[in-house]
Order: sequence, then structure tokens, then C-alpha cells
Amino acid sequence: MSSRLLQHPQSLALLSLLAFSGLWHLLAILLHSNSLPSPLTVAAVLWQAILSGELPYHLGATLLRLIVSFTIAMLLGCAIGIALGRHKTLDGFFDNWLVIFLNIPALVTIILCYVWLGLEESAAILAVVINKLPNVIVTIREGTRSLNRDLQEMAQCYRFSRSKTLRHLIWPQLHPFVMAATRSGLALIWKIILVVELLGRSNGMGYQLHLFFQLFDVASLLAYTVAFITVIQLIEWLILKPIDRKALQWRR
Amino acid sequence: MSALQIQIANKSFHNPQRQICTIRNLQLEVAANQFVCLVGPSGCGKTTLLNIVAGLDTQFAGKVSIANQERTPHIGYVFQNPRLLPWRTVRENIELVFDNRIATQLIDELLTSLQLTEVQHSYPERLSLGMQRRVAIIRAFAINPDILLMDEPFVSLDAPSARQIRNALRELWQQRPHTVLFVSHDLREAIALADRLIFLSASPMQIVADIAVNIAPQLRNDSNAIEAFRDHLLLDYPAINRLL
Repeated sequence: MSSRLLQHPQSLALLSLLAFSGLWHLLAILLHSNSLPSPLTVAAVLWQAILSGELPYHLGATLLRLIVSFTIAMLLGCAIGIALGRHKTLDGFFDNWLVIFLNIPALVTIILCYVWLGLEESAAILAVVINKLPNVIVTIREGTRSLNRDLQEMAQCYRFSRSKTLRHLIWPQLHPFVMAATRSGLALIWKIILVVELLGRSNGMGYQLHLFFQLFDVASLLAYTVAFITVIQLIEWLILKPIDRKALQWRR
Repeated sequence: MSALQIQIANKSFHNPQRQICTIRNLQLEVAANQFVCLVGPSGCGKTTLLNIVAGLDTQFAGKVSIANQERTPHIGYVFQNPRLLPWRTVRENIELVFDNRIATQLIDELLTSLQLTEVQHSYPERLSLGMQRRVAIIRAFAINPDILLMDEPFVSLDAPSARQIRNALRELWQQRPHTVLFVSHDLREAIALADRLIFLSASPMQIVADIAVNIAPQLRNDSNAIEAFRDHLLLDYPAINRLL
């Protein structure tokens, strides 16, 4: 009975989550300190924050920034990545720029954007985009380099139009790379957004976390973290996984 | 006027050490709806020649003209590997070569005659290599090409499958004649299919012999007739032996 339960992936996931919470709970009881509230306290705080509308407001602000900066970075990164993957000279020229941008610390870009553009929303978005863009470009460039030349010749011989080539030939081959850039992008971007908000915004998760830090309010801090992780997981389950399933059904 | 005229003064490949000349002074004219087999040793530049005709390779000195007054010529190309899009079904792969109006009825007929109707909604990777090759043949026929290029499309198939597809191709071509340039290194296959055999030498490629095949259509499946023709050919042109 129990072994059959474990074979079910969903019940296994649930079990592992329960085990994690149990461990956390045990540790909280043992330490009996304000700096580690038990999961039950955190859940109560979370529920309060949702009811008061505070958490939805700040979470919404952060998610909006995430969506905008993610979309800009992905679109721009795909276009530049494809261009660099297809043209050797262009790639040779801009390769050094990429290395420079890849290695600028996120904090430096954020501070520079705020210094140059002021504590504006546009500066916040720009800082996030600049941080994410080189990663997308490098991943998509790799994908473009590995495009199948045989199929390209076939398309040329049968006079595929540009849009047809892009849609039926290039996009399906780039799909795994775009998904990789999306997944690593989501993880990276939301961490950067928190720093951006902490340094120069008056709403969003980062701003709130800063506030909780000053108040030593660990329970709220953890409650917000739980909320955010849940949202990111939902994006994975409800959006990314179904896209993958649909796009990869041709595989044996 | 011939359907296809090829004049290649020179085709070379550059590599760091030296320049390799693959084709020199090649002239070839193909009449409309003629089935021409190019036979020659591997590596002599047959695929290069097809790529030049297809317009995929433009780095050569010379000229290729395909006759068509009304539109830019359609070129059907059956490559050595099937080159189907694995993420599109068999039917989608065929339909993709049409610009606007998809010839649905023609596709249905071609699928029926090559026995692929049942798998038309499957993805290529779920089919055998022989089936994938047949899909590639349908794709090439479907656009009603002015010239049909085939680059050893039956290589690495087991003998019965190869024979089966060969017969199907011959039947298809008899129902819908097209100008065909077919590359092979198998002399029996070439005799079974072609109206005309062109023997090519190793690099730099030149035409060694140009021979008409006058076997009646009903004898094309008859291995004795093919064998007799082959024996005669090798007696009359001993030079061919060196090319096989």
C-alpha cells in the first residue's frame, strides 16, 4: 500500500513537502526563538497579509515588473541571439561586448541605472533587462549555431518564405533553448528585481523585505518568500510544462 | 528545347592546403520528361552537381538553365537522407512545400499510390526509413517540379524495400512524367529506372559515356532483362567497369 503510494509522483511530491515542513516545525520548537517562527505562525501571517491586501499589492507590483522585463529581455535576446548565431562577423565583433556585460555584477548595473536615470520605474526595468539579456543572447546564439543545415537546404530548395522558415524550421529547433533561457531567466530575474526594489522602489517584494528586515519580522519575511515561491511554481506547472508537452509531442 | 541545360566550366573547393577541382568542362542537356541516371564512383561530385542544379551551391563557373516560361522553375529534391521536419506530421511536411493553394487531391493520390495514407498524420520519426524516403518522394512530386533531383534515395535500405520503392517510383513517374536527374552508384538500379545513363569519372568529374536504355516499361521489373542489358553494356564499354 505505502510503496504504491510512493510510486505516484504527486503523492511523493506532497510527502516530501510535508517532510520539509515537519523538519522546519521541529527545528522551530527546539530553538524556540523569534528568528525562526514555526510554519504554522508563518501560515497565519501569510493568511493575514493576503486578507489585508498588502501581499497581493506588493506581489502584483513585483510580478508586473517581472513580466515586463522578462518579455523585453526574451524578445530582444532572441533577436540578437539569432543574428549573432547566423552572422560570423557580427558575432566576432560583439562577442567581447557580451563577455563584458555577462561579467558586470548585477548590483553595479542597478546602481548605475538609478544614478543615470533617477529612481524611476524605467531605470528599474532597464537594470533587470541589462542583467538578463546577455544570458538569453548566449543561449539563443548557441541554439542558432546548432541549427540543422540539411533542413535549411531543403527549405531553400523548396522556396520556403522567411516567415515559413522561421515558424516551421527555426522555431521548433530553438524551442529547447528558449525554454532553457525562460527557466533560468525567471529564476534570475526575480532575484534581481528584489534587489532593484530594495534599492530604489517604494513598492514590491524587495521593498517589503527591506521593511521586514528593519523590523526583524522574520515571520512576514518567510510568509512573502513562501508566496513568491508558490507563484513561480505555478508558472512552471500551469504555463511552461504544458507548452513543453505540446511542443515535444513529436518526439519518440 | 531541352528541359535542362548544364554547362559547368569549373567547380572547385577551397581548403587551406590546396584547391580541389571537382568538376571541369561538364556539359549536359536533358530533354523534357527524360529520366537520367548519373552513375559514378562515390566522391566524384555527383551530389555537388545536384546542389548546383538545385541552386543550393552558387560558387562555380558556368551556367544552369531550367526551362519554364511561366514561372520560376520548381525544383523537387529527394536528398540522400529524407530531410523531413520531425516536428511536423507526414501530411504537414508535404503541405509545407506549397505556397498558397495546397493541391489536396494530388497529395491524396500520391499518398495512396505510395501506400502512406494510413500514416499521413504520424510524425516522421515513428516511421521506418523506407517510409520516410517515400514521403520525401511524394513531397518532391507534389509541387509538380520542372526538374526532379534524386540523390541516391534508396541507399542503406534492405534489398526488398529498395526494390519495392524503386518499382513504385518507376510507376509514379510513368503516370506523371517529369524530367529527372537521379544519382546512383548501383548500375542495376540505374538500368531499371533510367531512359539514359550517364557515366561520370572520378574527380575532376567528366562524362565518360552517355547511353540510352531501351528496355520496354513492362520489362523494367524483370531482373533477367536488367541483367542482360548490364552484361551487354559492360562488354561494349569496358571502361565503365573501373567506375563501379
